[in-house]
Amino acid sequence: MTGLRYVYAVCRPFGTPLQSQLSGVAGDPPRALTHHGLVAVVSHVPERDFAEEPLRAHLEDLDWLTETARAHQGVIDALTTVTTPLPLRLGTVFRDDSGVRTMMEAREEDFRRTLDRLEGRVEWGVKVYAESEPQESARPAQKAASGRDYLRQRRMQTRSHEEMWQKAESFSTRLHEKLSAFAEDSRLHPPQNPALSKVSGRNVLNAAYLVPRAHSEEFVEMVDRTKGEVPGMRVELTGPWAAYSFAGETT
Amino acid sequence: MTTPSRMPEPYGQGSGANLADILERVLDKGIVIAGDIRINLLDIELLTIKLRLIVASVDKAKEMGIDWWETDPALSSRARRDELTRENAELRERLARLEELEPGRAQKKEAP
Repeated sequence: MTGLRYVYAVCRPFGTPLQSQLSGVAGDPPRALTHHGLVAVVSHVPERDFAEEPLRAHLEDLDWLTETARAHQGVIDALTTVTTPLPLRLGTVFRDDSGVRTMMEAREEDFRRTLDRLEGRVEWGVKVYAESEPQESARPAQKAASGRDYLRQRRMQTRSHEEMWQKAESFSTRLHEKLSAFAEDSRLHPPQNPALSKVSGRNVLNAAYLVPRAHSEEFVEMVDRTKGEVPGMRVELTGPWAAYSFAGETT
Repeated sequence: MTTPSRMPEPYGQGSGANLADILERVLDKGIVIAGDIRINLLDIELLTIKLRLIVASVDKAKEMGIDWWETDPALSSRARRDELTRENAELRERLARLEELEPGRAQKKEAP
């Protein structure tokens, strides 16, 4: 199969072969392209989908994007079990192997520095959701009998909203402080939009933590212990991810 | 099996990790390299504007006008202020309507 080269990640040579059933973004199994002692994980992708024009069009299509993002993440995930990959952003495409080699030479120093920094570390995602209490989100069911009643109802609504917010804020702040003290590094991401995450509750904390593999168990237990600590706050843990949130600082 | 670097079983990916978790990482994090196929990353952000779904980095998102969390009263103090302003206006309107219903006052107003 000819076509273009889609690059998922750069890593150091790893002994274990990739799972044979792993299929890449366009169904072609990823393979290792070794150059100057570094490995680019690459698969072939057809021009009809990954040349400039079609790729741009595809990126506007959420279904295509979803499928491609999951395939990309699947390869990164598989790599994470055997090595410490530097994940590249989705849609990094070259004409041929020699284009990939040229890129690796140009970025060699960066790659090595970042690989050293991230070696043996993984990323954990921690999110906090404030579960909205039904009576406060809904409009008052009974019609206000008077202007004063109306005002009182609104005031109570505002107050309970305010309390919920303060509770969520102080819980998230404490949790983040505790986890960042344990982790080597941390990043705060914008809260997620429920339309895309399809989860209930209001996302009030969306953070990523860089943790050595060897300390991951302890980190996970630490997060688990905070679950159910404060009523109305839901803590969600994802990972271990490749260190996506900590890879992009080479410049 | 014991290995020097113990690794807990993956928690979220595939099952618990939602689409937003994956997209915010593969689209917005990770190393940016200009490949031979130049997709302007702006293209991706155009998509996000159209769908209002994907969150880019905060600064970028603000630049692009994706700032829904700022207008959500649960997430931002500015939005809470806006909410108060809106509520104020609503109450003022209500008051005006009530005054209209009270003929005595309305007449007094009409005949100074």
